[in-house]
Order: sequence, then structure tokens, then C-alpha cells
Amino acid sequence: MNALTQPSELPAARGCGDLPVLRERGQREVFCGLTGIVWLHRRMQDAFFLVVGSRTCAHLLQSAAGVMIFAEPRFATAILQERDLAGMADCNEELDRVVTQLLDRRPDIKTLFLVGSCPSEVIKLDLAKSAERLSRQYRGRVRVLNYSGSGIETTFTEGEDTCLKSLVPEMPALPAGQRSLLIVGTIADVIEDQFSRLFGALGIDQVQFLPPRRTDELPPVGDGTHFLLAQPFLNETARALMARGAHHLAAPYPLGAEGTLEWFRSAANAWEVPENTFAETLRAPMARAEQALERYRAQLAGKRISFLPDSQLEIPIARFLHRECGMELVEVGVPYLDQQFMGPELDLLPRTVRLSEGQHVDKQLDRVREDRPDLTVCGLGLANPLEAEGLRSKWAIELVFSPIHGFDQAADLAELFCRPLIRQEKLAV
Amino acid sequence: MQLTLWTYEGPPHIGAMRIATSMDDVHLVLHAPQGDTYADLLFTMIERRKKRPPVTYTTFQSRDLGGDTAQLVKDTIQEAYDRFQPKTLLVGESCTAELIQDQPGSLAKGMGITVPVVPLELPAYSRKENWGASETLYHLTRKLLSPMATATGSAQSPTPEGRRPRANLLGPSALGFRCRDDVIEITRLLQSVGVDINVVAPEGATPDDFVRIPDADFNVCLYPEVAATTCKWLERTFKQPFTKTVPIGVGATRDFLQEISSIAGVDVAHALAPSESQLPWYSRSIDSTYLTGKRVFIFGDATHAVAAARIAQDELGFTIAGLGTYSREFARDIRAAAERYGVTPLITDEYLEVEAAIAEVQPELVLGTQMERHIAKRLGIACAVISTPIHVEDCPARYAPQMGYEGANVIFDTWVHPLMMGLEEHLLAMFRDDFEFNDTAVASHLGPAERPAETPAAADADAPLRWAEDAERELSKIPFFVRGKARRNTESFAAERGIHTVTIDTLYDAKAHFGR
Repeated sequence: MNALTQPSELPAARGCGDLPVLRERGQREVFCGLTGIVWLHRRMQDAFFLVVGSRTCAHLLQSAAGVMIFAEPRFATAILQERDLAGMADCNEELDRVVTQLLDRRPDIKTLFLVGSCPSEVIKLDLAKSAERLSRQYRGRVRVLNYSGSGIETTFTEGEDTCLKSLVPEMPALPAGQRSLLIVGTIADVIEDQFSRLFGALGIDQVQFLPPRRTDELPPVGDGTHFLLAQPFLNETARALMARGAHHLAAPYPLGAEGTLEWFRSAANAWEVPENTFAETLRAPMARAEQALERYRAQLAGKRISFLPDSQLEIPIARFLHRECGMELVEVGVPYLDQQFMGPELDLLPRTVRLSEGQHVDKQLDRVREDRPDLTVCGLGLANPLEAEGLRSKWAIELVFSPIHGFDQAADLAELFCRPLIRQEKLAV
Repeated sequence: MQLTLWTYEGPPHIGAMRIATSMDDVHLVLHAPQGDTYADLLFTMIERRKKRPPVTYTTFQSRDLGGDTAQLVKDTIQEAYDRFQPKTLLVGESCTAELIQDQPGSLAKGMGITVPVVPLELPAYSRKENWGASETLYHLTRKLLSPMATATGSAQSPTPEGRRPRANLLGPSALGFRCRDDVIEITRLLQSVGVDINVVAPEGATPDDFVRIPDADFNVCLYPEVAATTCKWLERTFKQPFTKTVPIGVGATRDFLQEISSIAGVDVAHALAPSESQLPWYSRSIDSTYLTGKRVFIFGDATHAVAAARIAQDELGFTIAGLGTYSREFARDIRAAAERYGVTPLITDEYLEVEAAIAEVQPELVLGTQMERHIAKRLGIACAVISTPIHVEDCPARYAPQMGYEGANVIFDTWVHPLMMGLEEHLLAMFRDDFEFNDTAVASHLGPAERPAETPAAADADAPLRWAEDAERELSKIPFFVRGKARRNTESFAAERGIHTVTIDTLYDAKAHFGR
């Protein structure tokens, strides 16, 4: 319980200057930023995402969503066709037609995101202009914004970054003299509620979330705003918020008990919450988290794990598995590394880890085969082939689609990694 | 631009991937942006394939676009060639690469690669997945067999005395519908009538196997969407005839055997009614009476939809209430079939149109794709999947072919299972107020799930028509699977006659007018 009263012992060196990074280029086995729509459209219930792209984009979205059609989704694709490219049809007129068709079907939509794709960007279709034009046309009824989810510009979760960044200019100004705490990044509703309760108990009551559940309730931003990143892939959104005067609270990400504690501490320090209040408020959730983790620690301790680049959650989760569950980190791969927002996490990684950025998937798989870790965290395209080679795997996408943040989910996060190992022991076929 | 919620087919490069993934010793290099690697998961997750698709992507990003993307293509090809040592190299591009016009196929040809290189044209803005698969198989076959076409002078000699006739099975591919089991079933069937299998392609074949394709006496075109173009070329080039009947259903299997008999000169009489074919007796057995006239809506790829319609009408005694396909290339086949069954063909790849058509027809059973499974679920209609696109549950562990006699047995079980059993249906209609056994319950063997609430007729909002309370109550006594239709029929009956209030009498007058 020492952690409650004093911050984690941070190594002297800041940043990862002393941590060598293996930088690779080659085939990248990652999703593009369009994939973020799968969870963003569920979070913002009055928003619709219209991808302006190709059949490939539409196919990706339904494949990533697992072809789960339980309700009409709040996303669609305007598929470019030969006549659009050959100049036989005016792309702007076509887009206006499709948007009209869409908004007639869905009069409940308050915000429409035009989402750029690889093809729309290569043909230099100016969606910012289209969004402006359509915003004028639907003034008072629908706000039309645009962002890029293309694979040439964004990697998987980076699509949420570009989406949220497009919301920043729309946020109302926080009146001078007011303070507020802004939590940035999509998290499960249940975790948002947990966080709100804990911040309230700490005496921080002006807490708001980006993205909000409804886009007509965008939180305000200004000089009095301090923000915490709940997800480790929102660098551009963070910079846009800072440009509007908001202050970033540097912290590890709220994954695992330790990360969550430090994350709360960062806000508590900014709000000058008394040490006692902080320790007393977080004692119970911290104790609960540690107790729940105990069971999984026994199973995970000493096991070796490698991460292939996927969602940017790799570093915080690796830190959690190493420091709180005793796992040995073999390789931690990330799509891209932003020192500014990953710094506090990098400080907590062991110096022995092989940190890699970018990807050359064949070479990386060669290393996995050579390392033979007990568990490899990877994308859906690679998991079964690794299993067939006798290497246990964990789907990275589950980490994006499960509630894993906060104290009460720390054990759930550990359990996700235990399950493949337990299964391996159970099966006798 | 086309507004699309869900798509039945992927882009054409997915079709090329299906051919490459089916085969061994082949590698496909795709010029494609970061993110297009998502397609790998279709094979490794839906089909649980144990190997990664043999596909290398250039995965370019915007920073590459400022530089020399052609060099990136060449480097990627060289590296993939060196690493995987394929016996044939396919080179293609996805939608975005098509726009930057690097011509990867031409680049590859100039690289001095010693194995056959097949450049693929995959126009992403006008064509789709099945077309891409068909073209890839065709160009691959041409590339590998063209040298022999000139050498043999394209003459197919008749089957030598004393040798059994040989056939190739063409079309089974990765992400097809039940291809693995269809190949086993048709292999057994052909062997039982004295025909040997020469090559199965593309599934499980190598480029060396392709070279042996001309050794067969004829080709079996198992999946026309994938193999028809190739079969036609082989017929022109090597004088190999090919089968036109797809053996799905008992009747089609018999026709298929007759076709084999006339092509290969083998006796098939003993195979026309084998004892393991259960469908004919199951369908005649008294329990199946309740299947009579069940209204069925069919949608899928053309091959499976046409086959399903024939089975539904001739072998199960259903009534075809709708028939359609997303395979525009085979629209003619669907139109001909629809005319035979007296329905309007639905040729579309727009999911919303299909949904509207099903809601309109209110069938008792939907035979469709993964998409229609969801539509049917939402509308509370029984459903079985008969065609791609598929989901993981459509790739069963057990032997479950669609083709041949065992395929017909599987189809009988699969289609009848979601329906209410005969007496259960009657009891439901008789005693509607049983709290545990009423019309919000689904068939008892399907578990305790509840049906979705019935949506009130759209006419309620603005039309002057209203339902008297007792008529509404009477309507609720009609079984749920025909209630929507009864409501609509009654309302249109009332509207035609200027009736403003639907009474019990109007309900029964309409029933008498329309029949069931």
C-alpha cells in the first residue's frame, strides 16, 4: 500500500533515450484508422460515420465488425465508382446526393462524420470543403465534420485520434476562471461511471469526457482545462486541446492498478487534493484490485510474452503485465512511438525489453519463432497460424473491445492473458 | 457513388487472394496501402486456416507516396520471391494502388524472375470479388497451360481403351461455400460411376498440378462463379467438355450423373437412387406434410440460389416466394429460374433492397447468406444459410457437403430444423393463451429465445383505416408467421372496398378472398 502515499519509483532517466528501439519497415499487419468507427459509432449515439471510399473500405468495416448486423449500424460507405473517377460524375454532387439519401433515412443524426479513405485521399477529394458546404446546407440540423481514417495516414486506433481531433474546434469555450478536468479517449460506459465516482470522491467534480455519449453535449475547453489521456493513441487530439489552452496531465495510462493510481494522482496533484484524501479515497479500490490480481499473478509470473504492433496499447499493457503480474517481456512492438505521450510509460519498462517500432511482419514472426514466448499478442490474421505452429496467442483486438481500464478491471485485464495459458493446460486433444 | 451499409462481395483483389490461398507453391504480391492486410483474417478466422494467406502486401503509407512507390513494389516482389520461393508468382493491386498506376504486373515481368509471373488486372471500381477469383483462376491457368496448348495442337484424344475416364474438379476455393466437403462428396460420386479424379483446382493444387489439367477427359465445373471462364477456355483450347449441371439436390445430382454418362460414356444407372439418399423418403414421410407450401425466400450467389429454388419447390414442396442473387454476372440464370417459379427476380447487391423485399414478402423461411440470417433474425423469420458470404459458424467441423446425395441429406436437415414441427405448429394455433407456449416463443427445440415484438403496420399512422378492438384480438390468434401477411392483406382488402374500420368480418372476408 506504499504506492498510495508515494509515486512509483521512477528510474532516473526520463524518456527512452537509454532504451534501444528497433525500427523496421516492411509489410505492416495492422488495420487502418477506419476500424475505429466500429467502437466510435457505438459511443456517440447521435453520430453517423460516412466513409468516402471503396468497396475495400466497406468490406474491411464489416469484417472488423465481425459482420454483426443486430441493428442498422450508424456507419456506411459511399463507394467510389468508375464514373466518379473518370470524371463522368462530379464527386461533390454525388456526395451531396448520398448524404441527402442518408439523412433522409436517419433524421435522428446530429453529427455526420465524412471519413476520408486511401482512395479519397489519393484522388485528393477535399472532404473538409465538402463538410463545410454540407454544414451550411444542414445548418441547425446536422453538424458535418471530416477526418481521415485512411491507411496511408492512420494506423488502427489512430483513427480515433483523427476523429476526436476534428471535434476539438467544435468544443465550446470554457468560461475564464472556471476549471475542469477532461478525460480524453473512448472508454466503456461502466468505466466512465467508475472514474466519475472516484474523481467526485477526490473532490474534483467538474469532470467531462471526450468523446461524449452525445455529440450535442460536447464538453467545453479552455485555459482552465486540465486533461488526462485515457488511451495511449490520442497524440494529435492532445496537441489540438493544448492549442486551445488546455493543460496535459502527464501520467502513465489507467491500465492496471499502478497505472490507474498514478493517473489519478496526476489529476489529484493538479487539483491539490490533500494527500490524506487521496490515500483514503483510493485505498479501497486499490486493495480490491490487488486482491483480485493475486490469483492471476500466480499464473502469469515468469511467463514470457511478445507483442506485435497493433493498437498502441502494447506499452502500457506490457508495463502492467511486467510490474504487476511478473511477466517477462520479450519484445514489445508498437506501430509508432510518440515520446511525448509515452514517456511516463517508457520510464516504467524494464531495460531488458526489446522495443520495436513499425513492422516487417515476416522478420518479426521469425523472431517470435526463435524466441518462442509463452504468449504472443497479435492481430486476427496472425493468431490461428501461430496457434497452428504451437505458439499460444492473444487477439490484440480484444484489448480494444473490452473494458480493461481502471482499478476494478485490472484483474479482468490479467485474466485475458491467463485464458489462453489455462486453455493450453486444460486441453488434452 | 453508391451508398452501402453491408456488401455481399469484397473487392476483386479478395477474389485473387481466394485463389492464391487455395493453392500451394503460389505467392501473391499485392500493391496495397496499410490496412488492406485485414483481408488475412477472413481466411484465418472465418475458415480457421492454419497458414497465413500466401500474400505479401506493399503496405504503403502517405510518406511513401512522395517517393518511388514503383521501387517499393519491386523491392517487395523481390523479397517475397526470395523468402517464399513460389513456383508461380501472382502480382496485383488493390483499389488505392490502382489509382497511383505503378503497374505492378509490368514491373514484375521486367525483373528477371525465373518462375511464371501472372500479372492480374483487378479493376476495383467496377468489379467485385467473384469476378476477381474467376479472372485470377483463368489467367493463372492460361499462363501455366499456354505452352502446352501450342505443343499439343489443342487436340484432345479420346479416352484410351482400358483406362477409366478422368475428370478435373474446378472451382473449389478458399472462402467458398462448403467446398472442402463438396469435393469429397463429388469425388466419391464420380468414382462410384467409374470416373477418376485427375486434378482438383484451385483448392489444394500446386502449379505442377495445373500442368496436368489437360490429362483429363473433361472438366466438372463445380462453382461457375469461379470456374466457368476457365472451363470455357479449356474447352476451346484442349477440347475438354465441361459439365453444366451443379449437383446440389437430388434431382440435380441425377441430372449431373446423366450428363457425366453422356460426356464420359459411363453407366450411371446404379447411382441414380442409392440407399444413402434419404431426402426423397424423408420428404415423402407423413411428418413432412407440414412443409407443404411453406413460403420461402431465396437469396445468394446465383449457383446456390438456383439450386435452392429447385430443391425447395420440387424436393421439399415449398412455395417460392422470392428469388434473387447478388451475382450480376449470372443474372440471366436467376431470371430464367424466377420465371419458372412465377416470381420477380431480385438482382441486387444492395442489402437494404433485399431486406425490404423480405419484409414485403413475409416468408416463413429465408434461405440466404450471412446477411439474410441477420435480416431474418430481426424479422423473426426462420433462416438457413445456403451461400457465401459466410461467417465462422458456416464452416462446420463435421462433414456437411451441399453437393451430391449426402449434400441433399444435409440440406434437408438444415432447412427443416429452423421450422416449427407439424403438431407443435397446430397446437400453437389452437391454444394461444398458454403462458409458456405461445407465439412469442420460438420452436421449442431451438431454446427459450423470444421473438421480436411485431411491428405495427405502417399504414396506421396516416391512413384513415383502423382496426376494431375485437378484430385486432382475432388477428392476434393467427399464427405469427402469417400474421403480418394477414394484416396487410386485410388492410389492402379494406382499402380497395373503402372500409374504414376493420371488423372481424372484414378479417374473414379478406381471408376468404385471398386464401391462405
